[in-house]
Amino acid sequence: MKVKFFAQIRELTGCDAMELAVPDNATVDGVREQLMQQGEVWREALSANVLSARNQTLCNGSTAVCEDDEIAFFPPVTGG
Amino acid sequence: MFARVAQEDFSQQALYDELCAHDQRSRAGAIVTFTGRVRDYNHAGAIDGIELEYYPGMTEQALAQLIDKAVKRFSLTNAGIVHRVGRLANHEQIVWVGTCAAHRQDAFLAASFLMDMLKQSVPIWKKEWVGEQAHWVAAKGSDDDAAMRWLTEDKDS
Repeated sequence: MKVKFFAQIRELTGCDAMELAVPDNATVDGVREQLMQQGEVWREALSANVLSARNQTLCNGSTAVCEDDEIAFFPPVTGG
Repeated sequence: MFARVAQEDFSQQALYDELCAHDQRSRAGAIVTFTGRVRDYNHAGAIDGIELEYYPGMTEQALAQLIDKAVKRFSLTNAGIVHRVGRLANHEQIVWVGTCAAHRQDAFLAASFLMDMLKQSVPIWKKEWVGEQAHWVAAKGSDDDAAMRWLTEDKDS
């Protein structure tokens, strides 16, 4: 699947997007956990208050995901 | 209706004219517009502009959904929103919302609703520059509270 990162998370990890292979029956929380295992920087970036989106719609951690999805992780929004 | 993300500055007059031109059967007795600008300070002192990041695709979609919600909730005859992204200097325009309704109360409420909900649900992130240093702005509890008021009213109705 495609995973995207924005704002602080993008800067901390130095990564704006990546392809990730995920197991069957994966969830957003599972993807997040998988990413956090990539190292200390990832753990730090994704352990704070993080929002997630599945296919460009806000979702929560228990949302099921599949290989064709676009998942994004980002901090609480601050526009306006 | 329109919902846009833009790098370039906007003309309030041009947006107002566009809003009125597409007002349903030109029924609006009330038009409210709001423009947000970059402040030259934050809680700690002076700043040197901001930078706005967004999620191409999702941000436009979230803005459009917000406009739809406002139109239904406040019986608007038209509504529009434009949010700028990229590096902006102090005092530049950041955001514009316009609402058309039969009466002023709905137009005022809808403009307020759009701004409150935008700050809570649309993927845009703000960084403040001070000299050569930039810091991400933390989400404000008061912005959540403002959005929660509308969401609570949703539940009550």
